[in-house]
Amino acid sequence: MSLLEIEDLSVEFTSRRGVLRALDNVSLTLEAGEFLGMVGESGAGKSMTGNAILGLIDPPGKIVSGDIRLQGESIVKNPERIRGSHISMIFQDPLSSLNPLKTIGAQLIETIELHTPRRGTAARERAAELMTQIGVDADRLSAYPHQFSGGMRQRVVIALAMASEPEIIIADEPTTALDVSVQAQVLDLLREVCSAHGTSVILITHDMGVIGHWTDRVGVMYAGRLIEIGTTNDIIRSPRHPYTQGLIASTPTMDANVDTTLYQIPGNMPPLTAIPDGCAFNPRCPIAEDKCREVIPHLINDVACHLRSET
Amino acid sequence: MIARWLDSDFVYSLLRTPTALISLIICLVLAACALFAPWIAPTDPFDMSSIDLMNGFTPPGVANEFTGEQFFLGSDDQGRDLYSAILYGLRVSLFVGFASVILAMTLGVTLGLLAGYLGGWVDAVIMRIADIQMTFPSILVAMLIYGVARGILPPNARADMAITVLILSIGLSEWVSFARTVRGTTIVEKQKEYITASRLIGLSHLNIMARHILPNVINPILVIGTITLALAIIAEATLSFLGVGAPPTEPSLGTLIRVGQDFLFSGQWWIIFFPAVTLLVLALSFNLLGDWLRDFYNPRLS
Amino acid sequence: MSFVEVDEVSRVFHKRSLFSKSQGVQALKNVSLSIQQGETYALVGESGSGKSTLARIVVGVDNASSGQVSIAGHQISTSMPKENRRDIQMVFQSPYASLNPRWRVHDLVAEPLRAFGITQGRKATVQRVTELLEQVGLQADDARKFPHQFSGGQRQRISIARALSSNPKFIVCDEPTSALDVSVQAQVLNLLKDLQSELGLTYLFITHDLAVVKTMAHQIGVLKQGVLIEEQSADDLFASPQHQYTKDLLAAAPVLSVA
Ligand SMILES: Nc1ncnc2c1ncn2[C@@H]1O[C@H](COP(=O)(O)OP(=O)(O)OP(=O)(O)O)[C@@H](O)[C@H]1O
Ligand SMILES: Nc1ncnc2c1ncn2[C@@H]1O[C@H](COP(=O)(O)OP(=O)(O)O)[C@@H](O)[C@H]1O
Ligand code: SF4
Ligand SMILES: [Mg+2]
Ligand SMILES: [Mg+2]
Repeated sequence: MSLLEIEDLSVEFTSRRGVLRALDNVSLTLEAGEFLGMVGESGAGKSMTGNAILGLIDPPGKIVSGDIRLQGESIVKNPERIRGSHISMIFQDPLSSLNPLKTIGAQLIETIELHTPRRGTAARERAAELMTQIGVDADRLSAYPHQFSGGMRQRVVIALAMASEPEIIIADEPTTALDVSVQAQVLDLLREVCSAHGTSVILITHDMGVIGHWTDRVGVMYAGRLIEIGTTNDIIRSPRHPYTQGLIASTPTMDANVDTTLYQIPGNMPPLTAIPDGCAFNPRCPIAEDKCREVIPHLINDVACHLRSET
Repeated sequence: MIARWLDSDFVYSLLRTPTALISLIICLVLAACALFAPWIAPTDPFDMSSIDLMNGFTPPGVANEFTGEQFFLGSDDQGRDLYSAILYGLRVSLFVGFASVILAMTLGVTLGLLAGYLGGWVDAVIMRIADIQMTFPSILVAMLIYGVARGILPPNARADMAITVLILSIGLSEWVSFARTVRGTTIVEKQKEYITASRLIGLSHLNIMARHILPNVINPILVIGTITLALAIIAEATLSFLGVGAPPTEPSLGTLIRVGQDFLFSGQWWIIFFPAVTLLVLALSFNLLGDWLRDFYNPRLS
Repeated sequence: MSFVEVDEVSRVFHKRSLFSKSQGVQALKNVSLSIQQGETYALVGESGSGKSTLARIVVGVDNASSGQVSIAGHQISTSMPKENRRDIQMVFQSPYASLNPRWRVHDLVAEPLRAFGITQGRKATVQRVTELLEQVGLQADDARKFPHQFSGGQRQRISIARALSSNPKFIVCDEPTSALDVSVQAQVLNLLKDLQSELGLTYLFITHDLAVVKTMAHQIGVLKQGVLIEEQSADDLFASPQHQYTKDLLAAAPVLSVA
């Protein structure tokens, strides 16, 4: 049994324009202590997967089929029970997770007391410990969020996410708003802190560089479907799905120079309202066959492709 | 074109929100009544020759004991048909309401744009004035302006100018909410990159304010405009009720209510009841419509 | 003399306050650089290092506190004659904030055409807008749509079409692909490169992604706290960075190594 199991999860939005399938039969597992990356173009369903796990899908969207299990127990019906305590979330904008009117210390202690048995001095000591772990002086517990730089705030958000001692942290583009150098510090910190506690992380990003440096396994999403999953090494060095191959090939590398023309996947990802029949990638796929235009490929041997699922 | 409009999210949301739809229908019906009052009303309530004192105090739907005439909503002390009086009163109330909102809007949008776009001392001066004005109830401000305007006008012009003065007082007392909202939106928009894109091709500030920023503040203006219309109608009624508004020669709903209250305790309830209900329904409908518009444009706030 | 000359440019922002004498933030300190015609000069540096401030001065929407900028021999300032602005355009970071959401694509692309009186009459304008949209890989009937009907990458194409409409010689690109996904980024970067070789454009390219710099730049400048601390040709900078800060920056960059 894995720590987290997502099985055939589908999410739909019903509006006057019809039904929009934001997640289509997504299945994946997360092991204890693992860093799982989720990549894909914007709108592919990365955040939707994270939000579905936490039961945070905006109405009128709802889970129409499938199951999400934490340690074997379904959490679809009552996500409030696990939200914040067993699974925490880190968002792109650190300010959205911090209360501007309360000191960092007050916010940390509040979370610790809410989710762990620690009270009073014990909670305060734990807060100081967390601050030290994120490399911020414990004296600054009395500071307010606005007194910190963007990178420091995101560290504090990590401390806040760790405060409840969760099994899983879902980090949705946690460093997109930060500088490269700060990004490296923040992600290193996240890895370090989580490894120390055996916490698993789902790292949502659209940056292949981040995936390459900070994850163990990667799931690739396209138009609401999980199209390939595997170890980071395999995905980057020997991707099998034609979309993943295109994604890797179009990432600029240090071998390039001004005369390089980057590889370019033809066309654009279709909007969810106009997903083609069969494989969602078929109009852009260089090796598509007739079958691809008719039958939706399922995830077999970690790849959802009619021609690439063997072995 | 019409088909596209009927298919819009606006119409979709409207049809799915019964309160908003009913409010809109009521607003439209009342506005039509006001507009076409001279044709709809059975009598002209200000044509003294058509009024018979003998018809005074006829209850609604009952034949007058002397003349045998019937009035749908009864008649007042003078024998005037109350139904006609309400239609004409609605006309005055709505006219004053619309005109003062347009005045407040023009003033507020202009000042808000200037304050937000120019910043610095222009912003400081405009917003301080707004702050000071906000600390007083707007009806008080309106009465103050009303008093000053009456003081300036020669006595013989007062009656003729009464409606204009009323519009001026209400308009000047309601600009602040427009200015504040427009200023806020302007400050947000002015920092966006598309403004830089227009500046770098040498467009003037005036051009940028009018063609780029203004279209972006229209939605909030529409919301505030609708809600302010309800406020302006109430303000007008209040002023007229206090006797400082619409003159008896051109009675608004507020004037009718003031006249009606004299007879409330002597049993002629209908003289105050029907104008008051009309006013209530009118103001409430605009208010609900405004609330829906706000939710429609800004679903996150609700 | 080079096509673009930035000479000892400094910029101080004064924070006005009632209670204290004006405190200055020095966003740029004596920055000098030059860009050759037809080349790409990449400016890298962390957030707040002054990249966008320099960009705004170079395109003439902000003034330097001291120093000067000249492009094609014309002095650049906020009060320069409108005619001199034709040669200079800019593409921005945010595909959302750089297009007025209330305007149709046609009007967005045509705004510079009108401002400079480049096309006469509605018909000529429509035709030029169509040409421009096709040049950046969009379609003629996209002109009737509003920006929100497009994806991020398509919006950047609209911005590029707009920037090209005044036939500029020089385009400042301020992080034009930071908000885009890799596969879309590749499309936009290739488009910018194709346009450069086709039209002989000169770019000032601002980014914090070193792999992007590698594929785009001929010359690279590193900005740190308003100071240009290093400037080298692209090959030399990556091969032998001189300044410790540049070395750190190269080390921190999460670049894919497929090999
Ligand atoms: N209008 C302004 N008023 C005051 N300070 C400003 C203003 N514009 C910029 N600054 C300051 O100037 C410095 C440089 O800002 P700039 O926007 O050029 O940074 P940047 O290098 O483009 O950063 P980023 O990568 O985040 O876009 C910063 O310290 C910033 O706070
Ligand atoms: N409230 C909503 N109504 C309709 N569609 C939505 C809503 N929220 C998200 N979606 C759709 O779900 C899809 C997945 O979104 P998301 O998970 O946020 O993508 P990303 O991979 O960029 O994180 C998108 O195509 C988006 O348009
Ligand atoms: S299923 Fe067919 S279209 Fe889809 S990726 Fe595989 S080969 Fe291409
Ligand atoms: Mg997302
Ligand atoms: Mg910038």
